[in-house]
Amino acid sequence: MKERSKKTYRLLVGIFALSLLVACSSNDPDPVDPNEDYVPTPKPLTVPPIFQRLLPPPLVPGDNPQTVEGIALGRKLFFDPILSGDGTQACASCHKPSNSFTDDTKFSIGIDGLEGTRNSMPIYNMAWNGNSKFFWDGRATSLEAQALEPVTNPIEMHNTWQNAVSSLQSDGEYPELFNKAFGTGNITKELTAKAIAQFERTLISANSPFDKYLLGEGTLTPQELNGFQIFMDEARGDCFHCHGNENSPLWTDNIFHNNGLDAVITDKGLGNVTGDPSQDGWFKSPSLRNLAYTAPYMHDGRFATLEEVINHYSEGLVYSETIDPLMKAVSRGGVHLTEPDKADLKAFLLSLSDSSFINNPDFQDPN
Amino acid sequence: MKKIILLFALAVVAFGCKKDDDGGDPTPQNVSVDFKFSQNWGGAPVTQADFNSSIYTNAAGNFVTISKLRYLISRISLHKADGSSVDFTEYQLVDLTDPTTLNLSPALTATTGDYTGISFVYGFNEADNISGAYPDLNAANWNWPSMLGGGYHFMQMEGSFDDTNGAPQPYAYHNGTARVSPDVFEQNFISFDFNQNFTITGDATIEIKMDISEWYKNPLTWDLNDRSVDLMMNYLAQKDMQRNGASVFSIGAIVQ
Ligand code: HEC
Ligand code: HEC
Repeated sequence: MKERSKKTYRLLVGIFALSLLVACSSNDPDPVDPNEDYVPTPKPLTVPPIFQRLLPPPLVPGDNPQTVEGIALGRKLFFDPILSGDGTQACASCHKPSNSFTDDTKFSIGIDGLEGTRNSMPIYNMAWNGNSKFFWDGRATSLEAQALEPVTNPIEMHNTWQNAVSSLQSDGEYPELFNKAFGTGNITKELTAKAIAQFERTLISANSPFDKYLLGEGTLTPQELNGFQIFMDEARGDCFHCHGNENSPLWTDNIFHNNGLDAVITDKGLGNVTGDPSQDGWFKSPSLRNLAYTAPYMHDGRFATLEEVINHYSEGLVYSETIDPLMKAVSRGGVHLTEPDKADLKAFLLSLSDSSFINNPDFQDPN
Repeated sequence: MKKIILLFALAVVAFGCKKDDDGGDPTPQNVSVDFKFSQNWGGAPVTQADFNSSIYTNAAGNFVTISKLRYLISRISLHKADGSSVDFTEYQLVDLTDPTTLNLSPALTATTGDYTGISFVYGFNEADNISGAYPDLNAANWNWPSMLGGGYHFMQMEGSFDDTNGAPQPYAYHNGTARVSPDVFEQNFISFDFNQNFTITGDATIEIKMDISEWYKNPLTWDLNDRSVDLMMNYLAQKDMQRNGASVFSIGAIVQ
């Protein structure tokens, strides 16, 4: 009885598989038809040892698994100006590998020469953004959703998705690359965003001198070590409550705060997204990795140097109603660090910069 | 085939139970026990909606608002009349801005029957309070600086209060291991053991309540004008928080 039902089952599976084969082979010549059976080559993220030890596994959405072909396509798209309205600007124009995937201007300029109001953001360790809120104000709730925005943003790539998709579709290479990545040459904005997001998730940075020190593979200078003590000291830097610590190696809490930049808030940040006025002027804490490459700093790029940033926390804090309570010494402008402490804090911050990340050959322009 | 056996077994179990129910002494059944973490100020519920808006008056007469409240509960156990206990293995980082953290559904089940008490630890005890050991807590930036003994925070309560001139001032009531002197540390968690008879008859939810006003009240009246920020490395402040913490938690409703 048991044996027989197994046989019947096998037979049924066989017939089903055969019919699929037939169906597929008849479809093969037409590259735009979805090929349900096609499975691109899985390529799970390589988790660096320090993350393996201390952090939850990376977040990859179930409907967009990492694949060799998807990542390669995403990388090509990221560096290709084809997505912009006039074919002059790529994602990488404002997110350059040499700048840890941000740029070096206060505000980036879009294709029409228009300037934005926010500083470009570096892109790395995106799969460890546990809150999955992207942009300075958290308005995109996934990396895929984020990738849709710059293409149509009038002060950025100023295109329509319809136009971008038709440029890709009529390109000599892209239909085949989409076919390889997703089993369909029928290009959509969703698939485009998925491929870009796959590439962005591979941008992992965890090989700074401080990481090597934690792994016992390198040493730090006494100045850097003292700077770390200042960072961790509640009465001096007190940076760790928002920017991580030796056991929280993202160096950000990935949440939103008002860190005392302005008395009168003009850019409402998170408050604009949630509609909650008590969150006006709240922005996402940036990670402190790779600061050596990401100047200028803050959501509006107001500080050109790390000295200016440290001076801000030390004596430049200004009160507004939504300021974070952790900006404790605001009534005195800050904790007034000594000059040697400031220098040491800066040295520590720079020990979080990872030159192997910006030079990684897998992350450069493939076009 | 396996399914049929399973079904049969289930049927036997089900029938078996019915028979017992008719008699006097029921066979214990596995049930799930969930925990609900609620917060109040002297009895008035406090939720995220109160953040930055509701103004509370503490025992010292300070006008206080809250902008953050996160705390850690671990080692929850239910104690049975027969002397055994159900020891749940989860810890919970309660964060009022994330409603999913207000409930805990442990993996372990309990059994129906008579119980005599509930115990848990506020924070981590010494054995559990290992620096960097919990990836989710690391990602939540919940670590306590190693220069202060390491491990994890037990609580972060923050907000604003009006100083003696009526001007708003920040406070950061953070609690964790106490530093006696450089490299000398003192445990600072609180073990709660509530003796309370109750009977579990089915799936149950047990409420663990925090009365926030107690942090400022009992036995020590805590005036934020004296101590509001930079409290982590302040040994006396840390120990006073622990003393006041003893009356903060209680067991609320047991719903089943
Ligand atoms: C004209 C410059 C410009 C271009 C082109 C551009 N970006 Fe950006 N990007 C920015 C700016 C500015 C921000 C921050 C904007 C904000 O927060 O409102 C940003 C933010 C982001 C973020 C958020 C990172 C985080 O940590 O939250 C990601 C991811 C990103 N961009 C990816 C892309 C991708 C993918 C493309 C191409 C499809 C692209 N960007 C094109 C300027 C640009
Ligand atoms: C209350 C949380 C909080 C604390 C504490 C805090 N920061 Fe920040 N930090 C932020 C936020 C939020 C931003 C972004 C603010 C903005 O752009 O409006 C930021 C931005 C920065 C930046 C700019 C990074 C970039 O890519 O633009 C640096 C550098 C920085 N902080 C360093 C520090 C240092 C050093 C300390 C300790 C002296 C510190 N922070 C303390 C929340 C905090």
